[in-house]
Amino acid sequence: MAAQETKMMIGTSNRIELLLYGNRFRPGLIKQTVVYITLFILAAVFLLPFYWMAVTAVKPNDQIFSIPPIWLPTPFQWSNFVTVVTTQISSNYPTVLQSGLNTLIITVNGVIATLFSSSLVAYAFARMEFRAKNVLFLGILSTLMVPFAVIMVPQFILWTYLGWLDSYLPLMVPQWFASPWNVFLMRQFFMTIPKEYDEAALLDGASHWDIYFRIMLPLSKPVLAAVAVFAFVFFWNDFLNPLIILVTPTKFTLTMFLANFSMMYQSTQWNLYMAAALVIITPCLILFFLTQNLFLRGINITGRMK
Amino acid sequence: MATTTITSKRAGFLKSKKRRDTLIAFLFIAPWLIGFVFFMGGPIIASLVLSFFSWNLLSPPSFVGVANFSDLLKPNNLFALSLGVTFRYVIISIPLSQVIALSLAILINQRVRFLGVWRTIFYLPAVVSGVAGSVIWLWMYDQQYGVIDNLLKVIGIAGPNWLFSKDLALWSLIIKSLWNVGVPMVVYLAALQGLPQMFYEAADLDGASEWGKFRNLTIPLISPAILFNLVIGTISGIQTFAEPYVMTSGGPVNSTLFLGMHLYQVAFHYLQMGQGSAIAWLMFIIILILTVAQLRLANRWVYYGSE
Repeated sequence: MAAQETKMMIGTSNRIELLLYGNRFRPGLIKQTVVYITLFILAAVFLLPFYWMAVTAVKPNDQIFSIPPIWLPTPFQWSNFVTVVTTQISSNYPTVLQSGLNTLIITVNGVIATLFSSSLVAYAFARMEFRAKNVLFLGILSTLMVPFAVIMVPQFILWTYLGWLDSYLPLMVPQWFASPWNVFLMRQFFMTIPKEYDEAALLDGASHWDIYFRIMLPLSKPVLAAVAVFAFVFFWNDFLNPLIILVTPTKFTLTMFLANFSMMYQSTQWNLYMAAALVIITPCLILFFLTQNLFLRGINITGRMK
Repeated sequence: MATTTITSKRAGFLKSKKRRDTLIAFLFIAPWLIGFVFFMGGPIIASLVLSFFSWNLLSPPSFVGVANFSDLLKPNNLFALSLGVTFRYVIISIPLSQVIALSLAILINQRVRFLGVWRTIFYLPAVVSGVAGSVIWLWMYDQQYGVIDNLLKVIGIAGPNWLFSKDLALWSLIIKSLWNVGVPMVVYLAALQGLPQMFYEAADLDGASEWGKFRNLTIPLISPAILFNLVIGTISGIQTFAEPYVMTSGGPVNSTLFLGMHLYQVAFHYLQMGQGSAIAWLMFIIILILTVAQLRLANRWVYYGSE
């Protein structure tokens, strides 16, 4: 009733005012226009590096160095991708394909190892009672902030002693020993699963392993998927760690390949350089597009912890 | 009589069960315990010991006392220089990143259409590796053929030689870092979307201005997110490595010699493990002090009232 009356009372001029300036429930036309124009400009700025990379990647050699720059090459030289992926510059250097395979092995191992070891530890902290539990959990929390730079020198010495330098072992073994961030993330998720499930299973004589493997893991798919995606992007993009450990170029990962590109080609062929960059970032981009919501939710779980 | 035996038997059973539970629990946490001892705690302690030695991995280490540290504290050495570069970068880049990330989050939060698409666009750089991102910007910054200077030319500005100028190289890396604000933006966006509407309704009734609402409502309400982003941003900013390694190699004239770059060179180019350990430890202490300081200062401005 009251609402109808108010509606009737609003005159034409008020309606135009509402349309232009809006109110709390309805943003006005002017405000909307400003917001959209700003968004478009900013989006263009943020996408420019991607566009510049992509468009350079398909340029024929003679169109890279032209002033003013060519915004749309004719024709698109798609063969740049084939060239850069399959060319072996010299027998000492890997192809992108070889480097990609190296990276894939390290990444897949890293994802599986992280999922398994971190969830196991997280389960104990979420569901089991044991001596020194609180102290140990505090220990995990306190290592969250330890920067890699601090442990890389002594770790390097450890690898030297073990004879692991220039092998994939330092990049594949420590991953099986749980990472603090992921333990924390998974423990928080496990805590939200009702205890009734495992209590019922315990009465039926199930062991902790059964509960972990048959009840917790299947119920924790969202957090497992989020951790898996994060771990994939992390290991795929990791640079400093493999840079310290790997010496033989044929063992290089993709990030190392990219960082050494101009040294290997002995001149900077920007179209091939950008084609390589595009090939290297594509798996992460695809993964991100496919799992966006998981990804963003994962960030916000960590963001909300204080 | 009978009852006591039963109770004591039961207590013994419980005790052994408890012991068994603890044993099983330690099997579950064994991966972290072992990893902590061998790959983290052990190495950290080892590097503290090592920082009092001079060692190049080839000849046996020799004890040098605090020489590694006193060397670092001498004026005009590369450590002091790299500390200056890193601080300048962090002090400019981190606050600017927060302003941009928060502005983007506020823009996207204006009930726009295709929220997911905008969010994706601004988040995208965070998915790209530091190396790949640096390689792209290396090409963008090219003085003759790069896209930035050519766009500047269109509006009549002669583009500078970004990465090869002693005065601009660090700024070039700062500008590049502002492209990478996806993570803080997503954190701000989530904080904004969780704001209680009733406060704003009350403010509207009081006739509060947009700026007043932003300053007195939004900022205090999202202050925990600001703190989180500041702490995380500072920690990762101090460790910046891939960008200077790929784009400038620390130059020109060491103007982008970050702490991480310096540590890398000392430890892995010159194989000075003792000196490297000392630098790593000082870096650790600096990060620790900055983090604790940020958390302490937080009591003055971070608002936890809603929880």
